[in-house]
Amino acid sequence: MNTATNMLNHLTDLTISPRLAKNLRRNIKERIIEFILMLAALSAVFTTFSIVAILLYESFGFFKTVSLVEFFTGTEWTPLFEDAHYGIMPLISGTLTTSLVALALAVPVGTIAAIYLSEFASHKTREITKPILELLVGVPTIAFGYFALLFVTPLLQKIYPDLPGFNMLSAGLVMGVMIVPYIASVAEDAMRAVPMSMREGSYAMGATRFQTALRVVTPAATSGIVAAYILAVSRAVGETMVVAVAAGQQPTLTFNPIDGAATITAYIVQVAMGDLPHGSIGYQSIFAAGLVLFAMTLCFNLIGHVVRKKYREQY
Amino acid sequence: MAQQDSQGTSPPAHASTLGNLTAVREMIQRHKRSDIVFASIGLLALMLGLLTLLTLFIDLVMDGYPRFNLQFFSDYPSRRAGSAGLLSAWVGSVLVMSITFLTAVPVGVGAAVYLEEYAPKNWFSDLIEINVSNLAGVPSIIYGLLALGLFVYGLGLGQSIVTAGLTLGLLILPIVIVSTREAIRGIPVAIREAAYAVGATKWQVVSDHVVKYSQGGILTGVIIGMSRAIGETAPIITIGALTFIAFLPPSPITEVAPYLNFEWLSSGFTVLPIQMFNWLSRPDHAFHTNAAATGAIIIVVTLLMNGTAIYLRYQIRKNIKW
Repeated sequence: MNTATNMLNHLTDLTISPRLAKNLRRNIKERIIEFILMLAALSAVFTTFSIVAILLYESFGFFKTVSLVEFFTGTEWTPLFEDAHYGIMPLISGTLTTSLVALALAVPVGTIAAIYLSEFASHKTREITKPILELLVGVPTIAFGYFALLFVTPLLQKIYPDLPGFNMLSAGLVMGVMIVPYIASVAEDAMRAVPMSMREGSYAMGATRFQTALRVVTPAATSGIVAAYILAVSRAVGETMVVAVAAGQQPTLTFNPIDGAATITAYIVQVAMGDLPHGSIGYQSIFAAGLVLFAMTLCFNLIGHVVRKKYREQY
Repeated sequence: MAQQDSQGTSPPAHASTLGNLTAVREMIQRHKRSDIVFASIGLLALMLGLLTLLTLFIDLVMDGYPRFNLQFFSDYPSRRAGSAGLLSAWVGSVLVMSITFLTAVPVGVGAAVYLEEYAPKNWFSDLIEINVSNLAGVPSIIYGLLALGLFVYGLGLGQSIVTAGLTLGLLILPIVIVSTREAIRGIPVAIREAAYAVGATKWQVVSDHVVKYSQGGILTGVIIGMSRAIGETAPIITIGALTFIAFLPPSPITEVAPYLNFEWLSSGFTVLPIQMFNWLSRPDHAFHTNAAATGAIIIVVTLLMNGTAIYLRYQIRKNIKW
């Protein structure tokens, strides 16, 4: 009995003080919170993996029916027809043509805008124009689709009457305007990273602003500017609503911007608008097309980031 | 030149130097002119975007002008263009946006806090960072395919409001994460050290100080993300939501206890940009008027949101002095 009381006393001595107990509770709470925050951060990893997993899984079903050779070399894309052909080339040609038209507009305009912003514009002009560029980025693409189909195309038809109602030219041009702010801001970043001393050296030799911009700043910022172009290509390739509305829905193997043709994204939209049964070959085909699109944009993004990182290390 | 004069150089040489001088002056003039020419071209290139935006907006307003009345907002879509309205679309947009907000904000802010304050510098954090920057470059339609495979069929959520909300939530997650991280990075270390010095735990430092002081920056990112989500069309079409919706989802608030109702989550829906695409893709030109009016409304909403965000950021930059 006595020993038992002794032991009890001993035990109470061992119990932790209220302050330590509070600390313990705090520590456990801290750990739980850290774990929850980590889960939130892991959602990004989860999203990437789900994207890859789902694209691969559904494409796998698709490639059970369609051989890879037919997929990459076939020149007809008619998965929903009775006489089905599964050559992705027409969709890729449409995607590349619209993107090239967009770049043909956005590269010169975006570069000139970037040079102007970085080398010519006063502080005040920059403060006013940069937010405007940002606003332009925020405009929903469906509105640009309307613009391409019902404003730009009729306008172009006045100049060139034979232009069909759906054509890659107007879709590409409108997409180009959409990409300009993107090129301008990334390229401007690169130009501003060029050290002031290089400009000062050039001015000291008697060069004008234009000469300095063209022969000193631009060459020094080349990798950053090229990165801007590459990231812009990735944007153009993945752009959906403008081409789905204005470029047409017919997969055609052509590089002529006057024609109408479906892009990869336009095809996905077109199929999703219909009511395809889950698991059918048509349903799987949009995932195969999506996989190609994802691979293309991933490549461009990776190259862009690598090139962009390089110039940052230079100075 | 003065030296040459004192030595009494021959007149022809003198004349040629003078000729050179005028040539040099002409060259300087020419180069200065090219400066001005380029500056004007540059301004024009910059303004191209603004001009397009203005033309686009004026075009939409002119085309959609007949439909700007209250009835347009209180009518269901219809087979007759003149009496078709936006009711189910704007209600759908509000409900979808609420889901997007409720998922993207806690997850995005949590992820950003983890990456900035908690994450150790190792391959694991690098993996998360690479994923975030990669996701920002994934085309929106790919998110639609993800949602079609995962939410619609994988989890059996169907073509519902919750599917659309989650999809757009994932889509704007990188925007929220990046802007939150930027805002958190702006908080000086001294603030954290002061809090630690008086015995605050890490979470107390983060929630009471770091996140609190970066609220403005976080809000800016959230607004920009939400304005992007409102106008997003492609991922929602991809989940197969382009249908004729002439009804409203069940109301989230009921008359009887428990006053809340979650049936609306699994309801079919349409949103503003989808309704616009629907009208735009019809051959009947009467519907194009409706599409234009819808487009003008979407642009006003997104521009207002973006404008607010830009203004907020400007104010924050101006006012914060650590």
